[in-house]
Amino acid sequence: MKSSFLIYHRKLFGRFLKTVLVVAVVTGMTGCSEKLVQEQTLANGLKVIVREDHRAPVVVAQIWYKVGAIDEPAGLTGISHVLEHVMFKGTKNLKVGEFSKIIAKQGGRENAFTGDDYTAYFQQLEKSRLEISFKLEADRMQNLLINEAEAKKEIRVVMEERRLRTDDKPESLTYEKFNATAYQVHPYKNPVIGWMKDLESIKVKDLEAWYKRWYAPNNATLVVVGDVKPKEVFALAEKYYGKVPRAKVTPQKIKPEPEQKKMRSSQVSAPAKVPYLIFGYHVPVIDGSKDQWQPYALSVLAGVLDGGNSSRFTRDLIRGSKVAATASAGYSMYSRGPGMFLFDGNPANNKTIPELEKAMHDQIDQVKNELVTDVELKRVKAQVLAGDIFSRDSVFYQAMRIGTLETIGLKHTLLDDYVKNIQAVTAEQVRQVSKKYFYKQNMTRTELKPTKITSGRPNQSGGPNVRN
Amino acid sequence: MSAIKYFIVLVLLFTSPLLFASPEIQSWKLKNGTRVLFVKANDLPIVQVAVTFDAGSARDPAGKNGLSMMVAGMLEEGVPGMDADQIAAVFEDQGAIFSASSSRDMLTISLRSLSGAEYLEPVTSMFRKLMLKPTFPLESFERERSRALTGLKQAQADPGTLAQWNFFKAVYGDHPYAFPGEGTSESLTLLQWPDLAKFHKRYFNGSNAVMIMVGDLGNRQARSLAKEIAGELPDGDKASPLPDVVLPTKKNEEFMAFPSSQSHIRIGQPGMHRKDPDYFTLYVGNYILGGGGLVSRLSETIREKEGLAYSVYSYFWPLRKEGPFLIGMQTRNDQRGKAISLLRSILKDFVDNGPTQAELDAAKQNLTGGFPLRIDSNKKIAGYLNVIGFYNLPLTYLDDFKDRINEVTVAKIKDAFKRRIHDDKLVTIVVGGKQ
Repeated sequence: MKSSFLIYHRKLFGRFLKTVLVVAVVTGMTGCSEKLVQEQTLANGLKVIVREDHRAPVVVAQIWYKVGAIDEPAGLTGISHVLEHVMFKGTKNLKVGEFSKIIAKQGGRENAFTGDDYTAYFQQLEKSRLEISFKLEADRMQNLLINEAEAKKEIRVVMEERRLRTDDKPESLTYEKFNATAYQVHPYKNPVIGWMKDLESIKVKDLEAWYKRWYAPNNATLVVVGDVKPKEVFALAEKYYGKVPRAKVTPQKIKPEPEQKKMRSSQVSAPAKVPYLIFGYHVPVIDGSKDQWQPYALSVLAGVLDGGNSSRFTRDLIRGSKVAATASAGYSMYSRGPGMFLFDGNPANNKTIPELEKAMHDQIDQVKNELVTDVELKRVKAQVLAGDIFSRDSVFYQAMRIGTLETIGLKHTLLDDYVKNIQAVTAEQVRQVSKKYFYKQNMTRTELKPTKITSGRPNQSGGPNVRN
Repeated sequence: MSAIKYFIVLVLLFTSPLLFASPEIQSWKLKNGTRVLFVKANDLPIVQVAVTFDAGSARDPAGKNGLSMMVAGMLEEGVPGMDADQIAAVFEDQGAIFSASSSRDMLTISLRSLSGAEYLEPVTSMFRKLMLKPTFPLESFERERSRALTGLKQAQADPGTLAQWNFFKAVYGDHPYAFPGEGTSESLTLLQWPDLAKFHKRYFNGSNAVMIMVGDLGNRQARSLAKEIAGELPDGDKASPLPDVVLPTKKNEEFMAFPSSQSHIRIGQPGMHRKDPDYFTLYVGNYILGGGGLVSRLSETIREKEGLAYSVYSYFWPLRKEGPFLIGMQTRNDQRGKAISLLRSILKDFVDNGPTQAELDAAKQNLTGGFPLRIDSNKKIAGYLNVIGFYNLPLTYLDDFKDRINEVTVAKIKDAFKRRIHDDKLVTIVVGGKQ
């Protein structure tokens, strides 16, 4: 999928992110690195995971809460993300904005992100300052104060975020519509940032209830990666987080998405100049059971179709037939809810959506009918192996992948076998998963129909309100 | 062996965690004039290599904007005896990541690979070939131009991008920095196939190149790798000096109508260049004004106090010549009047009165205390090496960083902003919809 990995302040991480993680980032450890990860669970239920990386005198601390868009009831979509913003607005011990000021003075970088499956907060610091992070995060885990005026203002900020990221971005609107079409029951039908009408109606008492319901040590995982000693980190965690009382967390049962029986289709009309198509098929994800090979085969398939410049989509659709200006395939094997194998693209100049769509389906038919070649299989595996090692250049990513897995209910040690499990995938397995899941009744498609943009030329005399 | 030498120092001076040295940069020149910078980092079996030419979009010939970006994108389309499919396979069979990009000043070709010889040898050899002998196949050129035109159409449907384009145009007038690296529909259509080879021949030479390497290489290995990759670049002339940037003579306000729910606002003027004597003063000053995330003055008022925007910021983009000073935000259309007057009054107050001592102290604590985060990965170190090499900054740039920050005073910031930012010459750009 097209996605960027820029981190904006309090950025919203949507489903796109997870797709990127899978192919490029979430890869396993190999060899001796396992002993570098240690974990302990405090008496109050907080799980603490520490990974040593002594290359530079820095540390990243991330606290992951198991609450996200997936937990939100109708009418309260976006509340996890709004609460994430409000978490910077002061506690019994800290004034509004003081959290960020303290971290800044410590030379730190901080941010937070919300996704379908989680809400997480992090600080990156010079290593001797880890204590500051623990002190502040443990405080806002239990002492948040929600001020009515501040919360209302912050909801307006989130509305601006929604306008920026979704409402004025035609392809984002199309993706949002796609999810609302592909899922009829499951909460993945809702956007992480929430529907505008829900943002308009969220009340302080809703936020307070949401905070009370989910923010507890026994619903969180603390991940620390950097130039630290695990023993010292555990002691520090005990000192600050250890005091936070356990709370009763009762997740609601999430309604499963019933099997799709018929192809679904929708469209979005928005001011744009280039048509865009997104379609996808329901597929499984890693569920922690033994010997599960299908998600690995689906990952390899995503690599064959769209793993770089030598992949089939780039080679055949962009370069070969020149039907596509862009063409992508993506799949994430890690999520709390159901999986989706996504395709999207823009037709080339003078080509149409039906032409692009047919070309992509021809590609899909090909993987269903013919085995992928040994050369392709070898290449994808080499990319996964190298990608795993490249990803160790970033302490932040190392923490991200541990936090993601633990929060969706998997053991982080699964990462140790990731490369091995990818290496074990056969061409026959790739064909099997293609055949099993890529069929019409299991498909949803959403198309962007551009409407004309009547944009005025720059007006030298200054438009409305462009005056002092 | 530690990637970054200071780790050993740090163990000895455990009580003074801020006291450590920056990575040791080795630098030398090849016979053809290519400048090489290298940092050894043996912790991970990876190597990062990049060659940067003074051949960014500022070098696009008049009316042919987009040429530099097209040349960068076309390098992996063909070399003698090999097409794009085969080239891509060489890199990706080894799991390597190749990329080529172009910005205002730089055209950069880079490579990330595993360091084992069996991985590194084929990909560096491919890298060398496509840098030295790209064939720019005609058919690829037509296709890539067509894709670039599609990309431009997408950008034209994005009000933020339009605001950025209009801003550069208004600030830079006829200067090469005025034009987007992607070109325009007109300029891309005017590009001709021979332009690519001509551009390549003019700028891809040793005197016009800087090569950087970070990673798991020995000293001798690094020397020979540099020679192997860049040693065959021809002798040639450096790119000629860019024209000077002229300050706009008067205030300029432009509005462009666009059917969006938000208005995108850009306010600014030409700012500073990379070797500017005011560099650190303006850098620290801008941290306080709008560079320091949520704790900046702009953010405190526009976002935290007024709830007007998700993102509000200011930055200096230092280039070979004066890059822009820019304040940006986006807000619901009916709030843009209020937002613009607030942005202007915050800027005016900062220029007139400067920061407080407390603000400066906090800024210094952030910038010096967070220094280790700037160089905590091979990738980040490679980014610094590229800038140091390309703009000819002192090799001690990273060692000196904290001293330069600490030398900044309230008076210096006030003086520099007064001299550099002119309220009566500011450009204001708005792209947005009906109120």
